[in-house]
Amino acid sequence: MISKIQDLGRVGVTVIEAIGAATMLLWNSIFWGGPGSAGFGDLIKQLYSVGVRSLSIIAVAGFFVGMVLGLQGYTILVDFGSEAALGTLVSLTLLRELGPVVTALLFAGRAGSALTAEIGLMKATEQLSAMEMMGVDPLKRVITPRLWAGLISMPILALIFSTVGIWGGAYVAVDMLGIDDGAYWGNMQASVEFYNDVVKGIIKSVAFGWVVTWIAVYQGYASVPTSEGIGKATTQTVVISSLAVLGLDFVLTAVMFGGV
Amino acid sequence: MHKRTVEFTVGAFMVMGIVALVLMAFRVSGLSMSDTGDTYTLKAHFENLGGLNERAKVSMAGVTIGRVTKIYLDPEWYSAVVEMEINKSMSTLSKDTSAAILTAGLLGEKYIGLTVGAEEEHLKDGDWIEDTQSALVLEELIGRFLFNKAEEG
Repeated sequence: MISKIQDLGRVGVTVIEAIGAATMLLWNSIFWGGPGSAGFGDLIKQLYSVGVRSLSIIAVAGFFVGMVLGLQGYTILVDFGSEAALGTLVSLTLLRELGPVVTALLFAGRAGSALTAEIGLMKATEQLSAMEMMGVDPLKRVITPRLWAGLISMPILALIFSTVGIWGGAYVAVDMLGIDDGAYWGNMQASVEFYNDVVKGIIKSVAFGWVVTWIAVYQGYASVPTSEGIGKATTQTVVISSLAVLGLDFVLTAVMFGGV
Repeated sequence: MHKRTVEFTVGAFMVMGIVALVLMAFRVSGLSMSDTGDTYTLKAHFENLGGLNERAKVSMAGVTIGRVTKIYLDPEWYSAVVEMEINKSMSTLSKDTSAAILTAGLLGEKYIGLTVGAEEEHLKDGDWIEDTQSALVLEELIGRFLFNKAEEG
């Protein structure tokens, strides 16, 4: 009985320690070094591996999500004779919810896991210790550009996701289902507001990008430097950041759209 | 991967992001620069708003000429007060312009329809529209209908 309580306490202490360590990592790498502190070239390189290489999966996923929204929305709206509102449905769903959230989930799987594995392997092969020996701060050299790359790429990827999705929805609605082109775009323009929908979606995606990269980088940095430990850290990254994104999404939605 | 290629693709990535943002702004949300600024405010009392929202359209002859900016309850008259912004280009609304809460389609959103009157004088910033017509509330209509039927029978 006593040992059970001790175990519980140990879990609690470990979790709080991890949160503290992750916050220290974030503070030391992001606030004391701007995007260019480790050299602009490093940031570009990370933007390439984090952002550009996630582009194809994001674009393809966005197109299909948009097309499915178009089809599903049509079958529901046509019963009420209001299929002209399909453009509104597709665009608001993508801009407010699916764009940022699905992008963040794909981003966690595609870029987050890669970040964790990369940093974990650097630790396992003692590249990080070697940097410290040479007097190079591995936080600034390794972590900072990756954090900033994640923070910058996420909103861009989410925007591209929504854009491709809206055009995918337009393809299904206008070309396949025969909804009037003017009704699709006109109703969308009448109900989508730039500040209320587009900008709030961007705020969401920045928050998600920050959470996902932060968790990915910390998991890699704190991983046990063995092949098993790296595998575990990579899984943890995907699981924790997906849950964090979904939970944070509820909070952000309640704050920005909930009217509370 | 060659260094030049990396830089080029990252640049292209950034440009795509900006293009997506511009498309969102102008094609999807219909943002236009001329909309902001040149408006004046009119106010009106309504008995019942029946689901009119802030940001609803204000239209005349089916053309949107403004937006509802603020809705609140007048504590003295217990009626709803609606403040709306009208484009400056429509500054020649007569003093006896009437406002009605209408519905787009059978179940669509509520909006305010203005009908111009015959007086010479124009409404100015902050003026009240005197002649207003409340929203048609379906429950009230059905209730009245049933009441009449019951009286007849």
